[in-house]
Amino acid sequence: MADRLLLAAIVVFGVPAALVAYISVVEGVLMRLIPFKQQPRARPWLWLLPALAFLLVFLVYPTLNTLALSLQDAQSEHFVGLANYAYVLTDGTMLMALRNNAIWLVLFTLLTVAFGLLIAVLTDRVSYESAAKAVIFLPMAISFVAAGVIWKFMYDYRPPGVPQTGTVNAVLTGLFPGFEPQAWLINPPWNNVALIVAAVWVWTGFCMVILSAGLKGISTEVLEAARVDGANEWQVFWRIIVPLLGSTIAVVATTMIITALKAFDIVYVMTNGNFDTEVIANRMYKEMFNARDFGRASAIAVILLLAIIPVMLLNLKRFREQEAIR
Amino acid sequence: MDTVAIPGRRAAALQQAQRDGPLRRGPLHLAILIICLIWMIPTVGLLISSFRPPALVSTTGWWMAFTPPFIFTLENYQRVLTTNNMAQSFVNSLFVTIPATVMPILIAAFAAYAFAWMDFPGRNWLFLAVVGLLVVPLQTTLIPVLRLFTALGLTGTFLAIWLAHTGYGLPFAIYLLRNFFGGLPREMFESAYLDGAGTWTVFFRLVLPVSVPAIASLAIFQFMWVWNDLLVALVYLGGQPSVAPMPVTISNLVNSLGQDWQLLTAAAFISMALPLVIFFSLQRYFTHGILAGSVKG
Repeated sequence: MADRLLLAAIVVFGVPAALVAYISVVEGVLMRLIPFKQQPRARPWLWLLPALAFLLVFLVYPTLNTLALSLQDAQSEHFVGLANYAYVLTDGTMLMALRNNAIWLVLFTLLTVAFGLLIAVLTDRVSYESAAKAVIFLPMAISFVAAGVIWKFMYDYRPPGVPQTGTVNAVLTGLFPGFEPQAWLINPPWNNVALIVAAVWVWTGFCMVILSAGLKGISTEVLEAARVDGANEWQVFWRIIVPLLGSTIAVVATTMIITALKAFDIVYVMTNGNFDTEVIANRMYKEMFNARDFGRASAIAVILLLAIIPVMLLNLKRFREQEAIR
Repeated sequence: MDTVAIPGRRAAALQQAQRDGPLRRGPLHLAILIICLIWMIPTVGLLISSFRPPALVSTTGWWMAFTPPFIFTLENYQRVLTTNNMAQSFVNSLFVTIPATVMPILIAAFAAYAFAWMDFPGRNWLFLAVVGLLVVPLQTTLIPVLRLFTALGLTGTFLAIWLAHTGYGLPFAIYLLRNFFGGLPREMFESAYLDGAGTWTVFFRLVLPVSVPAIASLAIFQFMWVWNDLLVALVYLGGQPSVAPMPVTISNLVNSLGQDWQLLTAAAFISMALPLVIFFSLQRYFTHGILAGSVKG
């Protein structure tokens, strides 16, 4: 324990000190040894150096390396061409994972954006807005592992006749006499929906915060003008609020699409991909650690990357448009 | 994305409230109330169950805690903290999280300053690459980085996870800070340079102090992200209890304890305690961090 505390002290105080020292040395050398006119040419690269080194080692190089590994065998010893992709794209569990991620993508994105927008619009009209939003946003502070425990408990199943301890079954059997309690996490295909509901509970707050900020940017006059012209609240929502929030909704939706494609923690904790709930990220983890097949695991990672690239290009396009305005 | 509430908005809402009268607004309040209740129930159920004795948790629902006999206990917390490694994991989580929050922010601040206020060839393209890296899934980096750590003998050490989180956190941190630094007024820099200040002084004495709100948002966001992370810890730290942070320990408990809900709920709540304290005390900064960057890889 003592040596750990020492290590902690070294890291907490030593690392910032070392980084500040780095910049100090850089500036000292630049000011003293480099002619004044040359300084602006060297300076940016020295300030960027630590960040670029980390990005290269932990993101750029590994991504390229994964591409190469996906064309090699389990121990990365021999080139096998596209064999890993052929296996992965015909394997039953992987196809199941692709199907489930497609369900996640549609259902999760739709529900989080719809609920986020609904709650943002509703709470915008009441005086206790911030309190209500805090309640919805709170799950974002919780880890997905804890959220997984919370929802596993919500879905808990007891045979009919015994008091139900899971909230979902208790409410449904209480409201509808004759309702058979369900093992929500075991019965396909609804167990996928059960997992998605848990994820929606976590992420709706995220969508709500961004959409709500966008909503505050719509001037009250526009909305009032529409109301004066006789539009009802329904028309105001669909004809004015939704179109004006278009770009914000697009941002939120693309973020949710990436989240859906990368879904891992909730599935890992709640079902570990059993009972037909496998997803790509969990499949990759299993290939990597259970089967120890780095070739196949890399091929799965590349498939995930390929699915995300359209979103990345969209982000880049949007970013360049924003920069053009600045 | 960052917008200021329009003055008069509240007044307009209140006017409408008076126009509509309480009757028409009844459904609105009811809808919000129901949604909030639904969102709170899962967490409340967890919290209450963690204070109930095992025999009751396994036979009755948590809502029965509100009926006599009112029996509550701290035994579950005592048990998970002493026998299920949760106390050690809490310390481990702090160990993982604090350096993994400090390192990327400082490194990103240097880079963001260069991107925002220094001129160099290829600046825009390089920054565009950072924006692209925002969404690269962690999964594509796991195997090569794990091999690198293994070759260096770092797997299973805190150093490995600090370095990895620094790398993964950087694109977002650079993006957010560069946008903030870029918004600072040019005159501020010009007058500082006219007064004879060097780049070092301008950065540490001027830019960092005025950027405290942005840095605080970023710090909270990175802290939460690392504190709640499962995948990175699982891959680079392995499962050894001596280094496992809380998400890893809890996911192991889910397998080993199965239906012992009183223990699982207590363990989950221990892991939630610190984020919840941060959330309630610094909510403003937390949402700012999200608003500023809305895309996180």
